[in-house]
Amino acid sequence: MLELIERFDFFGAVGLTLWLTLWGAILAFVLGTIVAIMRLSPVKALQFAGTVYVTAFRNTPLTLIVIASNLVLWNQLGLQLAPRDSASYIVDTNIRLAILSLAVYHAAFVCEALRSGVNTIPVGQAEAARSLGLTFAQNLRHIILPQALRGAITPLGNVLIALTKNTTVVTAIGVAQVSHSMARMIEFRSDVIILIFGLVAITFVALTLPMGMLTSWLSQRLAVRR
Amino acid sequence: MTDTTRRTEGLGQPLVVLKDVNKHFGDLHVLKDINLTVREGEVVVVIGPSGSGKSTLCRTINRLETFESGSITIKGVELPKEGKALAKLRADVGMVFQSFNLFHHKTILENVTMGPVKVRKMKPAEAKEHAMKLLTRVGVEHQANKYPAQLSGGQQQRVAIARSLAMNPTVMLFDEPTSALDPEMINEVLDVMTSLAHSGMTMIVVTHEMGFARKAADRVVFMSDGAIVEENTPEEFFTNPQSARAKDFLGKILTH
Repeated sequence: MLELIERFDFFGAVGLTLWLTLWGAILAFVLGTIVAIMRLSPVKALQFAGTVYVTAFRNTPLTLIVIASNLVLWNQLGLQLAPRDSASYIVDTNIRLAILSLAVYHAAFVCEALRSGVNTIPVGQAEAARSLGLTFAQNLRHIILPQALRGAITPLGNVLIALTKNTTVVTAIGVAQVSHSMARMIEFRSDVIILIFGLVAITFVALTLPMGMLTSWLSQRLAVRR
Repeated sequence: MTDTTRRTEGLGQPLVVLKDVNKHFGDLHVLKDINLTVREGEVVVVIGPSGSGKSTLCRTINRLETFESGSITIKGVELPKEGKALAKLRADVGMVFQSFNLFHHKTILENVTMGPVKVRKMKPAEAKEHAMKLLTRVGVEHQANKYPAQLSGGQQQRVAIARSLAMNPTVMLFDEPTSALDPEMINEVLDVMTSLAHSGMTMIVVTHEMGFARKAADRVVFMSDGAIVEENTPEEFFTNPQSARAKDFLGKILTH
């Protein structure tokens, strides 16, 4: 097994998976929050745009989004995400396209998780804030979103775990994360195939189990007492 | 004679004026041609059976409920429809809710300083000092660093009153402030409201507490089926109601 890990740079692949997860999660959270604000806003046009976003990306397979990011965004439309003269131009571009795809896709789920958090807040909270003279933006920032976030920790944790595992999909554009390294191991060492699958499975459990435990703990600790 | 008469003589300019206000919930006509003028320093108590529209009336005054026709002015200014202008007006109109609606994720002190700091742009230290004075005034200064869920209902409602007072409102609306309280906690809230009334605050109070109406009100407004049926001084209203519906209502509630 050690030989496998060394020969196929498995730790490097795990590192890349973590990198994709980290940036994918941060960007998905930011984008998802923006879309959630659009869907919660009193402006009809923003609500509509938010709904379209969620409907479009929640119902499209991630593989499709990943491949389209490469073939359409980069090849056809010429989106440049890395310096062209760099030696790692193609690798960097694909990693960044992968992060972008993961973020755009999971933002739809982050948005819906936050909206489910908003539903845990009694109507009176927003009414009290409005009657104090807080504007819509202040109301969101100080009253609604902090409470929605606390009520949405468990579903947000689910999105994070799904995102971690969905990083495997970006093999489709050749990003050398864990599943990509798994494919190469299988190709060259099909004699130890059970070991390979076991190694990858345990790796993902080791990554996602702490996330689940952390979110359960946080959701209890930060629960809003009513 | 009583404190009431003295107060009535000292009443100022019209502050809140409702003219021909109408509102429907679907087919239900919840507010029917409401005309009401509340003067500076006046305490108006709105009573009536459940579903008579009194809570809706109260919520309409700071536009938590919209209405279809008629007009509401506060200090001569028409109620703005939306946005910053409405927020600015609401800052001057205190509101106390039946279910307290303290911000659950904020401490008692933060609840009271939120409005002054975020809306009035007061310095946090100054807001805190002012908040502590108000919390002392309503008798919950020792709970300042607790969260709302750690307080009793009566304490929470007194904090809600302090939170409204922190904005230095020109008028305060009370929407059944004691209806969600256990009986033993009603008086502690009514005491705070009574002292507020005597301090000259303009108040519109929707309540079922007839004792409070007798003691603190300048005028009682009786509503039934979405309309104002009768208004009078508390003494006249309770001893000599004019309309059949008011007589019927008082007969039902004053028998025990």
